[in-house]
Amino acid sequence: MSILGTRVVRTEDPVFLTRGATYTDDLTDERLTGALHLTLVRSPVAHATIASIDTSEALAAPGVVAVVTGADLDIDPALLFPGANKAMTRPFLASERVRFVGEPVAAVLSEELYQGEDAADLVDVDYDPLPVVIDPLASANDETLLFPEAGTNTAAAYNHDEEPDAGFFDGCEVVVTRDLVNQRLAAAPLETRAASAFWEGDRVTLYISNQNAQGGRDEIAGWLGLDKDKVHVILPDVGGGFGAKIGSDPEFGLVAWLSRRQGRPVRWNESRSENMTGMVQGRAQRQTVTIGGTREGKVTHYRLDVVQDAGAYPRLGTFLPMFTRMMAPGTYDIENVDSRARVVVTNTTSIAAYRGAGRPEATAAIERAMDLFAAEIGKDPAEVRKLNVVSPDKFPFTTKGGVEYDSGEYAKAIDLALSESGYAELRAEQKARRERGDVRQMGIGVSSYVEITGGGAFAEDASVEVHADGSVTVLTGTSPHGQGHATAWAMLASEHLGIGLDKITVKHGDTDLIPSGGGTMGSRSLQTGGIAVHQAAGELVDLAKQRAADLLEASVDDLEVDTDNASITVRGVPGSKSVTFADLAAAEQLKVDTTWDGKKPTFPFGAHVCVVEVDTESGKVTVEKIIAVDDAGPILNPLLCEGQRHGGIAQGIAQALLEEVVYDEEGQPLTGTFADYGIPSAAELPSFDLVEMTTPTPINPMGYKGIGEAGTIGSTPATQSAVIDALSHLGIRHIDMPLTPLRVWEAINAASEASS
Amino acid sequence: MIPLAFDYARPDTLDDAIALLAEKGEDATVLAGGHSLIPVMKVRLGAPEFVIDIGRLAELDYIRVEGDEVAIGAGTKHRDLVTSEVLGAEVPLVPAVARTVGDPQVRARGTLGGSLAHGDPASDLPAAVLALDGSIVLRGPRGSRTVGIADFYTGVFSSVKEPDELVVEIRLPRKGDAGWAYEKFTRRSNDWAIVAVAVCDGKVGLVNMGSTALRATATEEALTAGKSIAEAAALADEGTEPPADTSGTPAYRRALVKVLTRRALETAAG
Ligand SMILES: Cc1cc2nc3c(=O)[nH]c(=O)nc-3n(C[C@H](O)[C@H](O)[C@H](O)COP(=O)(O)OP(=O)(O)OC[C@H]3O[C@@H](n4cnc5c(N)ncnc54)[C@H](O)[C@@H]3O)c2cc1C
Repeated sequence: MSILGTRVVRTEDPVFLTRGATYTDDLTDERLTGALHLTLVRSPVAHATIASIDTSEALAAPGVVAVVTGADLDIDPALLFPGANKAMTRPFLASERVRFVGEPVAAVLSEELYQGEDAADLVDVDYDPLPVVIDPLASANDETLLFPEAGTNTAAAYNHDEEPDAGFFDGCEVVVTRDLVNQRLAAAPLETRAASAFWEGDRVTLYISNQNAQGGRDEIAGWLGLDKDKVHVILPDVGGGFGAKIGSDPEFGLVAWLSRRQGRPVRWNESRSENMTGMVQGRAQRQTVTIGGTREGKVTHYRLDVVQDAGAYPRLGTFLPMFTRMMAPGTYDIENVDSRARVVVTNTTSIAAYRGAGRPEATAAIERAMDLFAAEIGKDPAEVRKLNVVSPDKFPFTTKGGVEYDSGEYAKAIDLALSESGYAELRAEQKARRERGDVRQMGIGVSSYVEITGGGAFAEDASVEVHADGSVTVLTGTSPHGQGHATAWAMLASEHLGIGLDKITVKHGDTDLIPSGGGTMGSRSLQTGGIAVHQAAGELVDLAKQRAADLLEASVDDLEVDTDNASITVRGVPGSKSVTFADLAAAEQLKVDTTWDGKKPTFPFGAHVCVVEVDTESGKVTVEKIIAVDDAGPILNPLLCEGQRHGGIAQGIAQALLEEVVYDEEGQPLTGTFADYGIPSAAELPSFDLVEMTTPTPINPMGYKGIGEAGTIGSTPATQSAVIDALSHLGIRHIDMPLTPLRVWEAINAASEASS
Repeated sequence: MIPLAFDYARPDTLDDAIALLAEKGEDATVLAGGHSLIPVMKVRLGAPEFVIDIGRLAELDYIRVEGDEVAIGAGTKHRDLVTSEVLGAEVPLVPAVARTVGDPQVRARGTLGGSLAHGDPASDLPAAVLALDGSIVLRGPRGSRTVGIADFYTGVFSSVKEPDELVVEIRLPRKGDAGWAYEKFTRRSNDWAIVAVAVCDGKVGLVNMGSTALRATATEEALTAGKSIAEAAALADEGTEPPADTSGTPAYRRALVKVLTRRALETAAG
C-alpha cells in the first residue's frame, strides 16, 4: 500500500513534545560559550533627527563591554529590497535620522543580558522631532519626506506612468466603486527574532531564526562585504515565521559585525515588545476597486488601484502589489482588467510578506467588488460568482492579470461549498430572523479564490543517500518551521525505497551541508523541494538497479524494488535473489543529487462559506461555521494539509474580525502587546468544515500544488462578507476590516441614524 | 522585559509583613499573585526597590461564613473563588465573575486582594464587590479598619488605603437566592472587559466606565421607583466617564453599558 496520501503523524513531534525544540536562544553550541549579549537601544519616536547620542553612562555600567553607535560602523546602509528607490536604504544603526518607533540607534554588549537592559536605559539620545507620516495616502503627497535625498516617498510604482483611461467603464450598465482598507497585520510568531554569531578566522557562523538559510547567507555576506563561502548560516528549530522571517533582518548583520569587532561570540533574541515594532509586518494596502458589467450579472470590467504602505524602509512589501495585481481578477473571466500600484514609505514598521503576501489582498478586493456588484443588481452573490468564473474548458487560462492558471474547477468548488453549507436553508433561516426582527442576525459570506503558489523560485535541489546501515539522509533546500517537511519528505523517499520513516532523516537549513536552496515561503515547498526529493529517490532507485543488475544477473528492466524488504529483486520471480539498498551502499556510496525545475507556479483554488451571527445591539460577531473547499491537487499527507488549512483559516478570520496594527498620529504603536493586538484563540473560532476537492496540476509529476496560505486567502473575504451580509437589510454594503464589535456597532448605528 | 534590580523578602506571618512594609516605607511594594505587578516591573513602568511577597501567607487564604457575611482572605486566588462551594451558595455572583478573569494561568495566581488593591477600572472583581455592597478590611501598623467598597476608590489605581496598609480581607453580605448576573463584553474570551455589568439584588456595578468601578445609581433608583428594566437600563451610563481606546469609543461604551445592564437585569430577574 502506498504511504502517499495517508495520515502519517509528524515525526518531528516527539522531540517537540518531550525535550522541546532547540530555538536559536536555546543553543548550546560550545563555540558560543562566553557570548556577549546584544541589547538594542530603539527609537521611542517615529520620526526625528538625532542631535546627539551619549553612551558614556551606559559604557560605565556594570558588565558592559561596548556601546556601539552608527558612527562606529563601517558597513554601509543596505537597500533591503532591490527594486525599491535606491535612496531608501536602512542603516544598521540610525545615526542621523530615525524613521519609525523601534528603529535601532545603539547596540549595548554586556556579559549578562540584564546588564544590557539596564545599560540600554542609560544611553542618552537627543531627538529633534520631525513631522510624522502614518497614513500612506498622505505620504503619497510628498509633503513630509522620509528620505529627503530621494525627493519622494514613493519607493516603487507599477503601471503608474499613464493616467488611467477615463472611458474604461463606458458602456457598462452597472458600475460600482469603493475604497477598501486591507489593514496592517503583525505576524507575531511565537519565537521572536534571534541570532547568534561567532567567527573562526575570517569565517563567520551565524545561527538565525529564519525561513531561508541560503538567502540569508547571501544577504549577510553582501552586507559585510564577504564572499559567500565566508558565511555559514544555520537555522535551528524555527518557531514560526508566517512570511515575516523571509529575508535577513539588519539585526542579523549587526550581530555578525559586532562579533567580529569584539572578537567574541554574540547572542541576540528580541523581546516580544521589540518584536511588535521591530519585526516586519504584513498587508497594509489601501485599495480602490471599481467593477462594471451588465444588469444580468456579467462582469466585464474591473479596476484595482493599490497604495501599498511599505513602512519606513522598503522591504518585500515593495513587491507585494505585483502579486496583488497579478491575481487581481481572481477566479473570474473578466474581459477588461486594469490595475496599478504605488508603494510609499511611512513612519511605521517595514512591511513584508505575511501568510499569503499580496494574494489575500487581491482576493479581498475582487471578492468585495463581486459582493458590491451583486448587491447593486440585487442578485445572489454566489450566483453572480458562478456566472463569472473561468469555465473548466478554458485551462490553461491566461488571465488579464497576465498569468497562466494551470488547472481549476472554480464553479464546482463554489457549488460544493454551498451544498456542504446547506446554503438554501441558511438563506431561509436568515429570512426568518429578519422577519421577526431578531437581535441576533445571521449572515452568509461566500468567497471564490485562486492563488499562486511557488510563485518565485521554481527550482529546488534534493539529495537522497542510503547508508550502509540502511538509514537514509535526505537533504533539502526548503526550510520547514512548522510545516512538517521532515515527515513529508521522508514519506516521498520511503515510497520509492520501502525504507521506514524511522530510518529517514531529513536535513535542512545549513548552508555548508546544503549550499543552494530557496527556503520555505509562498507555499512553494512541496511542489519544488518535495518533487525534488521524489525525483531524487526515483533516480536513486535507478542507480541501485544499475548496480544490482550485475549482482542479480538480470537486466535493469527486469528489476523492481521490493518495498517490503528495501531491496532490489527480479520482477515476477518469487524467491529470486535480491540485494538490499544497504548492501549496495556498503559496496559503494549510494547517493543522488538532483534538481527539479517546474519552471512555472501552480494555482490552487477553492471556495469558502462563512456563517456568522451578529448581535445587532452590541456589534459582536460570532463565527458559527466555516466551510472550506481548498483544492491543492492530490494530498501527500492529509494531517499536515489540514494543519495548514486550520492555521490559515484561523489567521484569515483573525484578519477579518480581530487583528490590526494601529498607530496614533504621532506614530506610537497602540497594539504593542498581545493584550491589545487581537490574535484569536480557539475559543473565538468554530470547528472548521474542511471539504476535499482534487484537481491536479500538470506542472509536476505528482500534481501537487501549495496549501500553506489558502486559508488566509479564502476565509478572510468569506468572513468579512458574512458580517456585511448579516446587516445588508439595514442598507449596509461595506465595513472595513477588522470588523470589531466597535466597527460593526458604528456601522449599524450610522445606518439606523441614516434611516431615521 | 527584565525588571530593574530589587530586593525581595517573603515574611512568614502577616504581622511580619506589616512590620516590614512599615519599615521599608515608600520604597516597598507588596507582591501577591504578581499578575499586575510583575508585568509593570518587566516593562519598567514600575521599579520598586523592595518587594514584599505576601503570596504564600496561609493567613490570607480562606473563605468562610461569619454571621450575615462571607469573609474572604485577600490572598484567595481567583481560581479558588471560582470553585468555592461557600461562595456558590452564599454569593454566586463572585464565582461567576472570577471565572471570567483572564485565563487559567491568571486565575491560578491572581488574588482577590491584589485585584481590589490594584484598582484597575477595567478589572472585574471591584465592580462585583461594589454590586454586592461589600467592604474591605485594611490592616497596618495602626491596626485594622474596615472601609465600605463605595468609599474605597479615589481614582484610577488609587484608593483610601495608606501605603503602609494591606488589604487583608473582603467581607460580602450573604445574598442567598437574590437574583444576580454578570455580563462581560470582550473581543476575545480571555480579554479584559470593554465594558461589564455586575448585578445582584437590584444593585448594579459597572466595569471600565470611568476611573474606578462605578455603581449605576440612576438605574438602581429607577428600579426602586418601579420603572421597567428597559427604562432603568437606559440610564446606566448616567454619571459615567467611559475611556477611549482601540476597543471602544466613549459613545460605544455608553451604548454598550445600557444593553449589558438590560440583559443582566433580565437574567437576574430570572
Ligand atoms: C494576561 C492577564 C490577563 C488578565 N485579565 C484580567 C481580567 O480579565 N480581569 C481582571 O479583573 N483582571 C485581569 N488580570 C489581572 C489579574 O486579575 C491580577 O492578578 C489582579 O489584577 C492583581 O492581583 P494579583 O494578586 O496578581 O496582584 P499583584 O500583581 O501581586 O499586585 C497588584 C498590586 O496590588 C498590590 N497588592 C496586592 N495585594 C495586596 C494586598 N493584599 N494589600 C495591598 N496591596 C496589595 C501590589 O502591591 C500591586 O501594586 C489579568 C492579568 C493578566 C496578566
